[in-house]
Amino acid sequence: MTYYENVFIARQDISQPQAEALGEAFAKVVTDLGGKVTKREYWGLRNLAFRIKKNRKGHYLLLNIDGPAAAVHEMERQMRINEDVVRYLTVRVDELEEGPSAMMRARDQRDERPERGERFGGRFGGERERGDRDRPRRPRGDEGGAGKDAGVGNGGDL
Amino acid sequence: MNGARKPSGRGGAFFRRRKSCPFTGDKAPKIDYKDVRLLMRFISERGKIVPSRITAVSAKKQRKLATAIKRARFMALIPYAVR
Repeated sequence: MTYYENVFIARQDISQPQAEALGEAFAKVVTDLGGKVTKREYWGLRNLAFRIKKNRKGHYLLLNIDGPAAAVHEMERQMRINEDVVRYLTVRVDELEEGPSAMMRARDQRDERPERGERFGGRFGGERERGDRDRPRRPRGDEGGAGKDAGVGNGGDL
Repeated sequence: MNGARKPSGRGGAFFRRRKSCPFTGDKAPKIDYKDVRLLMRFISERGKIVPSRITAVSAKKQRKLATAIKRARFMALIPYAVR
């Protein structure tokens, strides 16, 4: 059998139990077609980095699947049909991860000691500023100083 | 660890210390599109993938990293572009 990892995002308006039920339903699709769901994770209601179908947030769920491709296809088909699923991604993996995924680990850490600022690029910060070509375009002074020819400045931004 | 600063002029007395790939070695982190914290270190403030010549990621790992970042973007874990 093949190992797959599926992450999908459920609409923000449904409740957590509903989202988990959704995960259960898809897991059942897989098991009915001879696959196994070795792990199911609920990542919670997360902010999306951008809007998807008018949603700003979404319930993230992860399924680790060990099963035939047909089961995955069927599950994906149902995800496309289901309107509560905003997006899904299935990737084949060489081995299924045991224990909590990186996402859960990150969340646990945050719970233990909130706000430990491992901000942006602790390691490469210095070099990045030099190397990133788009940086000079952003300086905040630009916005303030654009007063003299704001029209031109704005045109350039758009 | 930053013996890697560029000397201001070329051919100074100092050579740039070769940085090693952050994904090579036994305690190296696994590249995973779900590990947002890790991926954040390899994207610029604008959301672009930082070139490997700056981050010293090896070519092989950079390809893996690029797919991971693209997957994370697709799943809206990290933005495609910041403004």
